Amino acid sequence: MKVFIFLTAFQKTKIMTDSNNKSKKVSRRKFLVRGGLGTLGVLAVGTYVFRNPMRRAMYELAETMVVPYSGSGTEANLWIEVGNNNTITLHSPKVEMGQGTFTSFAQIIADELDVNINQIIVKAAETTTGIIDGMSTGGSLSVAQLFQPLREMAATMREKIKQEAAKKMGVDASSISTADGVLTANGKTMNYSEAIADVTDWTLPDTPKLRPISSYKYIGKPIKRTDLRAKVVGEPIFGMDAEMPDMLHAAVIRSEHVGGTLKSADISAAENMPGVVKIVQKDGWIGVVAESYAQALAAKNKVKVEWDVPKKWTEEDLRAYLKVGEGNMMITQKEGSALDEDGEDVINMEFTSPIGAHAQIEPNGAVAHVKDGKATVILSTQVLGVTQKQVAEALGIDATNVNIIGTYLGGGFGRRLNTSHAVQACQMSEAVGKPVKYFFTRKEEFQHDAFRPPTHHFVKGKVNEEGNLESLEHHYASGDVAMNSVIFPPVMASVLGSDVGAMRGGNIMYTNVPNYRAVQWHKTLPFATSFWRSLGLLANTFAIESFIDEMALNAGKSPVDYRLAMFGDDEHQNRIRKVIEVAAAKGNYTDKANDNRAMGFAASIDAGVPCAQVVDLSIENNRIKVHKVVCVMDCGLAVNPDQVKAQCEGSIIMGISATVHEKMTLKDGQLYPTIYGPYDMALMRNAPKEIDVHLIQGVDVPLPVGEPPLGPIGAAIGNAVRRITGKRLTDIPLTLG
Amino acid sequence: MKFTFNINGTSQTVDIDKNTPLLWVVRDVLNLKGTKFGCGKAACGACTLHVDGESVRSCSYPIHFVEGKNVRTIEGLADGDNLHPVQQAWMEEVVPQCGYCQPGFMMATAAMLEKIPNPTDDDIDANIVNVCRCATYYRMRKAIHRAAEIKNANS
Ligand code: FES
Ligand code: FES
Repeated sequence: MKVFIFLTAFQKTKIMTDSNNKSKKVSRRKFLVRGGLGTLGVLAVGTYVFRNPMRRAMYELAETMVVPYSGSGTEANLWIEVGNNNTITLHSPKVEMGQGTFTSFAQIIADELDVNINQIIVKAAETTTGIIDGMSTGGSLSVAQLFQPLREMAATMREKIKQEAAKKMGVDASSISTADGVLTANGKTMNYSEAIADVTDWTLPDTPKLRPISSYKYIGKPIKRTDLRAKVVGEPIFGMDAEMPDMLHAAVIRSEHVGGTLKSADISAAENMPGVVKIVQKDGWIGVVAESYAQALAAKNKVKVEWDVPKKWTEEDLRAYLKVGEGNMMITQKEGSALDEDGEDVINMEFTSPIGAHAQIEPNGAVAHVKDGKATVILSTQVLGVTQKQVAEALGIDATNVNIIGTYLGGGFGRRLNTSHAVQACQMSEAVGKPVKYFFTRKEEFQHDAFRPPTHHFVKGKVNEEGNLESLEHHYASGDVAMNSVIFPPVMASVLGSDVGAMRGGNIMYTNVPNYRAVQWHKTLPFATSFWRSLGLLANTFAIESFIDEMALNAGKSPVDYRLAMFGDDEHQNRIRKVIEVAAAKGNYTDKANDNRAMGFAASIDAGVPCAQVVDLSIENNRIKVHKVVCVMDCGLAVNPDQVKAQCEGSIIMGISATVHEKMTLKDGQLYPTIYGPYDMALMRNAPKEIDVHLIQGVDVPLPVGEPPLGPIGAAIGNAVRRITGKRLTDIPLTLG
Repeated sequence: MKFTFNINGTSQTVDIDKNTPLLWVVRDVLNLKGTKFGCGKAACGACTLHVDGESVRSCSYPIHFVEGKNVRTIEGLADGDNLHPVQQAWMEEVVPQCGYCQPGFMMATAAMLEKIPNPTDDDIDANIVNVCRCATYYRMRKAIHRAAEIKNANS
């Protein structure tokens, strides 16, 4: 029921806008409702202190983040196009940023359409011609949300094709069988293109019964990525590769200081540089448009700018500003009674995590053309719809006159949930009357990221005589994640009172502990912070699971048994327990260090997906060297098990990078470093040579997979180091000093 | 100034400022988009291509160094429809995720295999120092060993 309450809140406006377009309201609601139903079985059970039922429902939803698909079209022919040569094009409402979604979508529709997967082309839909996700591509949700709607679209399309073939072949539709994109009846055959040629009446039949999952040829199989060849031969598929005829190039100047505003600019020297077409001055930034990128960059360096910098932030300022006990407080979980924080027997540990950069390799940018009151923008973005609205507002034109064309993304990780630079590209194009291509320098990427916010945590507990926890509390402070973001309605902030993104992984999953609480402190920081793959999960799990490990050591118990004893007995908790048991067994977990080598264990649950990891590492030259990671995850039905594993492998190494290597620092009002290398990231030499992923299917629908495996890794590393050195590492990045 | 060089088997002449990075000549003048921009400071390796068989970070390599030399980009790595062993191995192991960094890694690997036909894990760690944010390193290492196998079997 939880999902429904949430939906009605958001749907009111949706349904109103729907009456303006031609889509069938009835079937649309049907999909949304089904989307909701499919997820009910996996909602985490939490206890909330809110009397407001709306807030309570939204919290529960926010915690699992299994949000039903929020796109608005249900016409199968808007999604699926049957072309000549029997090709099928899926206009995907989601973008492909490496997560393998297009491949899974191809598998899903190939099975219901009954065609060969090689016949299918998957493309990102454009805002003016296709159905795009109203919210975003993110939250690891693409396959989880669209599994059911896509199958229904494909099945409906197959039925339509059969009906048309029946007319042409002069047979009854029920006598037609389909295989590999060919229709057969009475010994006659016809392919899908032939069946659908000349059709003008697109009245669609009712959605037929879906096939049983066991009958599928592609779903559930490790099919190779459909974009594999394009990506190994270097095809121009990314936003950065886009061009428009007669295009100019631009470079942009912005404040290098946090909170800096433009005071004055002298553009006289820059204007006379070779190739310069125009210098565009706007509120807070200056754009240099030239014939080539090299010329734009050279001229940019000749612009003399003065900035007003109200305060030169330092790391110390930041730590004093962002801490537990400061800002908006919200209890996000409560069971039993609160700890007497001053009690003598309270064990209290403090943890921190730094500002994290997205550092995706393809810089942000856009190619834009604004002409005659219309705008066309090609870019890598996770938010086509939001970007369309932003451009329309900035240019003062109707959104229907703005077409956003999505490309393949050279990495997303949440960075491209903020792509308002499309507006800048449009404003420059408007100023010169020609298409303009513009992208961030790497320094701009590092200084003007929408960062993973730094965090501060206290984890507190009280144990009984056996060393088992009587009380467990997580108090954590974070900057904005979901709050103030473009993809959540502002009302969410006032309804929720705290940040649901920062909350990810912040609640206690050990519900057999008699008393537990999670308390969030929230502040907006002076620089942009937002979604970074897995949101709060990385730092929150690090804090809680490091503390749990310390409690197990304290009690003289195996950290595996210690955890297992803290779960109750319901379907949800049994799924977590199973993941922990299987990980301990598959990873041959042992609690004993061997000289400078040891294992570490940690677990988490995120978006209804439990994950446990065993890390095997050693300390070499005072550095952490991870040799092997065993990862067990219950992600429900894996549409493409090979790509689910790829997501786990990538998450694990990205997690090693984020918890052992990476850190942005505020110094003298600026964010540093501004280049790879100094922004230390895991490279080949830092990646484990063995990663062993085991998937469990605890429920029979697909669940989010791209973020949950980032949960345990940091704590698992810290827990292993603790067994070698005897020292508890409490600050990310984990260094041995 | 004019510069003449060979790229993927074809001779090209460009008229451009002598300090223009090779990367922008390849991408914007010759319209070969497979070589990527990531940082412009020789720090990520996305722009890796070959100049006379050596791995080069083209974002920081001025065009005038290329005069009279042979440049190879990812578009010229395959022999017609026959993919290079590195590309074959990359497909076998399903390495790419977003794919943006991959041309740079494949070019760096192809150059390494010419010098070290059977690289050890330590050779790989020392020579393959590009950045992949999707963190596909685990599969990449397997693909590099596999590429060496395919290449040695072919020769
Ligand atoms: S773009 Fe050349 S090394 Fe990064
Ligand atoms: S595959 Fe995405 S950066 Fe390497």
